[in-house]
Amino acid sequence: MSDSILTPIANPSVLTPGSGSVVADIIVVGGGNAGLCAAICAAEKGASVLLIERAPITYRGGNSRHTRNFRCGHDAPLGMLVDAYEEEEFYNDLLLVTKGNTDESLARHVIANSAESYHWMSKQGVYFQPSLSGTLSLSRTNAFFLGGGKALVNAYYQRCEDLGVRVMYDTTVLDMHIEDGQCDGVLIDCNGQQEYLRANAFVITSGGFESNKEWLVEAWGEAAKNFLIRGTPYNRGEVLKQLLKHGADSVGDPTQCHAVAIDGRAPEYDGGIVTRLDCVPFSVVLNSEGNRFYDEGEDVWPKRYAIWGRLVAAQPNQIGYSIIDHKSSDLFMPSVFPAVQCDSLSELIEQLGLPLESSLAAIEAFNKACVDGDFRPTELDGLATHGLTPPKTNWARPIDTPPFYGYSLRPGVTFTYLGVNVDITARVTFKGAESKNIWAAGEIVAGNILGEGYLAGFGMTIGTVFGRIAGNQAAEHV
Amino acid sequence: MDALQVTRRLSMSDVTVDVSQEEAERQLTVCNSCRYCEGYCNAFKALTRYRSFDKPTVSHLANLCHNCRGCYYACQYTEPHEFRINIPALLANVRAQNWEQHIKPLWLSRTMQASVWPYVLLTMVFVILFSVGAGVSWASSVPFYQSISHNTLISIFLPLFLLPWIAVFFGLKSYWKSVGGSRLTRHDLSFAFSSAATMKQLNGGQGQGCNYEAGDRYSNYRRWAHQATMYGFLFCFISTSLGTVYHYLFDLPAPYALFSLPKLFGVVGGLMLSVGTAALIYLKNRADTALGAAGRVAGEYAFVVLLFLVSTTGLLLYWSQGTVFASSWLIVHLALIATFFVSIPYSKMVHGFFRIAALCREAQIQRLS
Repeated sequence: MSDSILTPIANPSVLTPGSGSVVADIIVVGGGNAGLCAAICAAEKGASVLLIERAPITYRGGNSRHTRNFRCGHDAPLGMLVDAYEEEEFYNDLLLVTKGNTDESLARHVIANSAESYHWMSKQGVYFQPSLSGTLSLSRTNAFFLGGGKALVNAYYQRCEDLGVRVMYDTTVLDMHIEDGQCDGVLIDCNGQQEYLRANAFVITSGGFESNKEWLVEAWGEAAKNFLIRGTPYNRGEVLKQLLKHGADSVGDPTQCHAVAIDGRAPEYDGGIVTRLDCVPFSVVLNSEGNRFYDEGEDVWPKRYAIWGRLVAAQPNQIGYSIIDHKSSDLFMPSVFPAVQCDSLSELIEQLGLPLESSLAAIEAFNKACVDGDFRPTELDGLATHGLTPPKTNWARPIDTPPFYGYSLRPGVTFTYLGVNVDITARVTFKGAESKNIWAAGEIVAGNILGEGYLAGFGMTIGTVFGRIAGNQAAEHV
Repeated sequence: MDALQVTRRLSMSDVTVDVSQEEAERQLTVCNSCRYCEGYCNAFKALTRYRSFDKPTVSHLANLCHNCRGCYYACQYTEPHEFRINIPALLANVRAQNWEQHIKPLWLSRTMQASVWPYVLLTMVFVILFSVGAGVSWASSVPFYQSISHNTLISIFLPLFLLPWIAVFFGLKSYWKSVGGSRLTRHDLSFAFSSAATMKQLNGGQGQGCNYEAGDRYSNYRRWAHQATMYGFLFCFISTSLGTVYHYLFDLPAPYALFSLPKLFGVVGGLMLSVGTAALIYLKNRADTALGAAGRVAGEYAFVVLLFLVSTTGLLLYWSQGTVFASSWLIVHLALIATFFVSIPYSKMVHGFFRIAALCREAQIQRLS
């Protein structure tokens, strides 16, 4: 697009309403799933849209890049989805993970609109595939994107291109000019160049603050320095901070983040799906002092990986060590980093850098507490330890068959709960009153529905349903 | 302001190339822990069977891969991500190494896979052979079989026809042994040929096509161009075979009327081959070379251009019958065909044979597991 639509201002640090030029009907801040859905819907209604994406083109799409499916309700088989997943069951699953900490009307609205979203997504060029090998349990509830989230993001950017949506990559929103819940414009930085951009409506889809380590430390304390961030390094929460500073109502616990236990050798940011480690239920987990600290076999891993993020975060140095023996080495999805492998336990413990005496004692005590029984790796088999604290209540088999394998575990942050309050039309509220021209969707509003916990694939459902609402509503406004 | 840009296609220019066995294992292990691309092709489905990737397994996966590139554009771990995943390039390199290593002699395979000049040189040699050696005149409207006797043709083409197949046969045998193949059954062959006949694996899993000339957008053009090329080639082959049968069995020497089987197959096949190869050249020129085999681009172009010239000169020869250009086109056409025969085992042409072998092996593995 031509350069002339942007008028540089003399002193960008001073935001003067009305001083810049109106660059589009709608500015969408954040080019992940929700922002893209909003931009597409708004452009389909004839609005001119400018999409601001913080990441460079290769990393565009926020955390949607790393997703693989969306949770979708349906009364009968739908596309790749089998059987039925009705609204009541869906809503009950949500109540279970959030312990009731949700906004029922918003939640039901998302659930009720999820099936229609499946069709809408297909129309935009998103393809679905049968649930991936090893995820059969999700074939009824979650629709998998062919190629995963980045393929979905690509399809949406192509659709945006076809609809004439302009996209600015490598662009950060530094400040927003908001008065009485009305936004006049945003101050942006693009590769060191600053501009003030005005529009008639704004859709904020910029995610949470999970990649902002300083903010995480503020919320969690020093331990957060040892956290790994599973997703994009670009979710730094600048826009969230701006909205809250200007009086937007907040939702969600500001001190909490959702963290799962992942391979301790994962990159600090952006490791994504492959850093998962599914061996914990078949292992003994020690902390860096060589002690066990929780029941490794409490439940199947998909139901426990989230609490293990917090468990490991509470250990010294925020690290744990999962140890298995040869018997269990093929029972879980292959890991991306090879295990530390030794023929004797003491050698393995040394290589993992654990204290020898306490670690060996912990494993010996565990082995002695194991009893004979029927081991069934794919279900709760009740094969529990006897007289051990903490116990291991399923899949408890002695660690005694070389070679032995060890993996380190660290908390991997997936998202933060703090966000802005929205009503059912995705409008942000300021001190209880609807904003005149600001809508929000995606992770930044997820806290309205996910007060705590997480339901696999539900973030994408929230993003799609609310992203579309926000885009449509904003387009009607301009 | 240069940052304000319309959405543009992803272009990956500086992608690192490392084709060691360690690198193959590293990348495939990342894929195996992710599996998002399972729905694109059977190479990815096959990948999930393994927990580790030894050399035969890597070769097997490589020869199942059609370089549709869907997995690259969908990948969250491509450069600049530190995992540096580029499966299309990795497997393309392994494939090229396989062909060169199994089809003897190595130096000839290497040279013809990588460069243009052997094709040019061979064509020149054959032009001289036909014009000087066989005495075909450059400007004459004398009909085909009066320019060059059938027996001369046979004496030149019979060894050219047989020797390459011997090289292909022993190459495939060596490959088959290296991937642990067992005795073939009819089921294995029918699985392999039906899959190849429909080019199922370039449909992207759901008919949306592959990611080739249009970057991250799906497209079916390459599949169509390839099918036109493959079936065009087969039609030309059928035409020549029918000609041989007519000649020897029915004592009906060429030329044939337009509405005869050899002519119909020949003209239709020639047109398909010309259009298909022209389209492949056009598409190839628009696709990202960083997602193909490193250092083989010139050889790949040489081969597809050769096919284009073979079919186009064949058509020109047909249309120039009765004019003084007929004999020039005859010399050039015959020289190109001879070059093509020599190049069968040593050019990109071998990919088809290795693909069929890999599909047979895949059918066996699926059957036995």
